[in-house]
Amino acid sequence: MSNAPLATGAPRELVGPLATPAAGSDFAARLRANSEYVVIPLLALLIATALFGIFLLAIGKSPVDFIAYVWRGGFGTAFSLQNTLQRSAPLILTALAVAIPARIGLIMIGGEGALVLGGFASAVVAIPMLGHVPPMPTLILMAIVGMLVGGFWVGIAGFLRYARGVNETISSLLLTYIGIAIMNFFVEGALRDLSDPNKPSTKPLGKAYMVGTIPGTEVHWGIVFGAALCVGLYILMTRTTFGFAARVTGGNFRAALAQGLPVGRLIVACSAIAGACAGLAGFFEVAAIQGRANASLAAGYGFTGILVSFLARHNPLAIPPVAILFGGLVASGGLIQRRMGLPDATVLVLQGLIFVVLLTSETLYGRFSIFKPSGERDRA
Amino acid sequence: MNEPAILTVLIAMLGGAIRVSTPFMFVSLGECLTEKSGRVNLGLEGTLVLGAMVAYAASYHTGNPWLGVLAAGIAGSALGAMHGSICGLPRVNDVAVGIAMMLFGVGVAFFFGKPYIQPEAPRLASIPLGFWSGSASLKSALQVNPLFFIGIALAIVMAWALRNTRSGLVVRTVGDSAAAARAMGISVNLVRLMTTTVGGFAAGVGGAFLSLSYPGSWNQGLSSGQGLMAVALVIFARWDPLRCIAAALLFGAAGAIGPSLQAIGVTQGYYFFNAAPYILTLGIMIATSSAKHSARDMPGELSIAK
Repeated sequence: MSNAPLATGAPRELVGPLATPAAGSDFAARLRANSEYVVIPLLALLIATALFGIFLLAIGKSPVDFIAYVWRGGFGTAFSLQNTLQRSAPLILTALAVAIPARIGLIMIGGEGALVLGGFASAVVAIPMLGHVPPMPTLILMAIVGMLVGGFWVGIAGFLRYARGVNETISSLLLTYIGIAIMNFFVEGALRDLSDPNKPSTKPLGKAYMVGTIPGTEVHWGIVFGAALCVGLYILMTRTTFGFAARVTGGNFRAALAQGLPVGRLIVACSAIAGACAGLAGFFEVAAIQGRANASLAAGYGFTGILVSFLARHNPLAIPPVAILFGGLVASGGLIQRRMGLPDATVLVLQGLIFVVLLTSETLYGRFSIFKPSGERDRA
Repeated sequence: MNEPAILTVLIAMLGGAIRVSTPFMFVSLGECLTEKSGRVNLGLEGTLVLGAMVAYAASYHTGNPWLGVLAAGIAGSALGAMHGSICGLPRVNDVAVGIAMMLFGVGVAFFFGKPYIQPEAPRLASIPLGFWSGSASLKSALQVNPLFFIGIALAIVMAWALRNTRSGLVVRTVGDSAAAARAMGISVNLVRLMTTTVGGFAAGVGGAFLSLSYPGSWNQGLSSGQGLMAVALVIFARWDPLRCIAAALLFGAAGAIGPSLQAIGVTQGYYFFNAAPYILTLGIMIATSSAKHSARDMPGELSIAK
C-alpha cells in the first residue's frame, strides 16, 4: 500500500473534523476554508481555457467563436441542453468510478473497461429474454448484470492491489484494454447479429425494451440515477461506519491495519462499487442510447470521467455539475468540428490541458492566506 | 517453398518479436531511467503516440525519416520536461500527472495528426540480415530496423553508465534517497527533470519506430497501450536496462502471436490473441509483485510499486 500522500487530496471536511480555532462563527470559518477547494479548481479551469485560447489563436482560429459554439452546441438551446444532459449521465457514473476508490487512496482508472463490459453483459443477458419476458423485469436484470460485471472487473484491480500489491492504476487500465478486447471478440464472433451487415453488434433490443425518457424531455433516466447515486454514495462515504473506515484506510493505511479494520474487504468493496457505477453507465448506453452492444461503447466516457472526478476533487456531490459542464463540451464537439474546421480531437486537447493545469494547481493549496481561518492568519 | 505450418509461425514470431519489441524497448528504457531517479511517468503512452505522429509528419515534410526520428525525440523530450517540471512542484502527484499527460499527448497527436493519415511518408529502411537464407519467410523475418540495434546499444550504455559514472551514481542516489542526495548538495528536482526529459526522448523515438517502420503508417489506432505495458515491464525487469531488453523481446513475441497465426490462415480468436500482451503484462505484474514487501531492486523513492 502506498504511504505516499495522495496529492489528489480529499477535501478537509470529508477527511476529518476541521481543526478550526473558534474565531468568528464556525460556519464562516468552514466556508472560508472550504472555498479554497472551489476557487482553485475554477482558477485552473480558467487558466487552462485561456491557454487553449492562445493555442487557438496560434493556429489561426478564433477563441471567441470556440466559446460561442461550445455554448450553442452544449447549453444554448433546448435541444443542445438535452443532448448535454444525455452525455453527462455516463460521465457522472464513470467519475464516481474514480472518486470512490480515491477516497480509500487508490487511483483507479478502469472506468472505460467496466463501462464497456457492463454494457456488453447487459446486452447479452437480454437476448434470450426479448419477447418472452416483459420489458421492466428485463431492464432491471440487465442493470443488475451490468453492475455486477462492472463491479467484478474493477474489483479485480482492487483485489490485486490488496492481495498482491499490484499497482492499481496500471492494472485497471490494462483491464480496460482486455475488457474491450473481450467485447470485440464476442461481438465480431459468436454473438454477432448477422442480420446487420454494417457494424458488428449484438442483437438489437428493439424499441419496447429500451429505457424511456424523462417525461417532457428527450433525456433518458440515466442522469437521474447518476445524481441519486452521487447523493447515496456521498452519504455512504461520509456518514456511515463503512465510509469512515474507508477514509481512515485511505488516510493512513498502517493505522487502519493497526486498528484491525478489514482493509482488504474495504479496498475490494470500494473498487467494486466503482466498477458497478461504470457498469451501470454501460447499461444506460446500451439500453437508452445504442440499443445494442458494439464498439461505440468505448467512446471515451471512462477517460473523461477521470478528469471530471479530479476536477470535483473526488467529492460525489460536486460531480454532477462538473459532469454537465464536460457533457456540454463533449456534446458541442460535432458543431465545433463542422463550423470551425477543427479536428474532432480538439475536445481531447482541451481536456488534457485542463487536466494538466488542474494537477499543477494542487501546489497552490495552503498558499493563500485568505482561505485560512482568521486566528491562523494572525499567527502566520 | 513449403514449410510446416509450425515453422512458419515460429519464424513469423521471431520476426514479429524483433519488430514489435522495438517500441517496447525504447519506452521501457526511457521509463527505466526516469524511475531510477525515483519518479514515475505514466504518460509515456501519450509520448509514444505523439512521437509517432511527429516522426511521420517530419519525415513527410523533410523526406528524411531520420529527421523524423529526431523530431519525435524532441517532441518526447518536451512532454517529458513538462511532466518533470510539473512534478517538481510541491504537493503534486506524479502518477496523476502521468495520466493527464497521457490524455494530453494523445489529444495533441490526434489534433495535429489528422492531415497525415492519408499521405505516404518515407520510412526507415531495414537491414536485410536474412540474405544468407533461401527461405522467403526467414528473409522477411530478418528485415531488422537499425533502431533495434540502437535500442540494444542504448541499453548497454545505460547499464554501464548507471553503474560506473558519476552521473549514474547521482541518478541512483536521487532515486534511492532524496534526503541523502540533498545532503550531498544535489538538486533532486533538477536530476528528475533531466531523467524525465531524456526518458521522454527515448519514448518519442519508440513512437517514431511505430509510424516509420512497423506497422509503418500513422493512424489513431497505432498504439493501444504499448506505452503503458512498457511502464509495467520496467517493474518486471527490476529497473535493469539489460533486463528491459529481454522483457521487451518477450512482450514482442507475445504481441506477434496474433499476426503470426493469421499468416497461416488461423483467424479464429484474433481478438483474443490481440489481448495476449495485456493479459501477459497483468500476469507478470501479479507474479512479480508482493503485498508484503516492495519489489526487488526497486529505487527507494518510487511510489508506484510500494
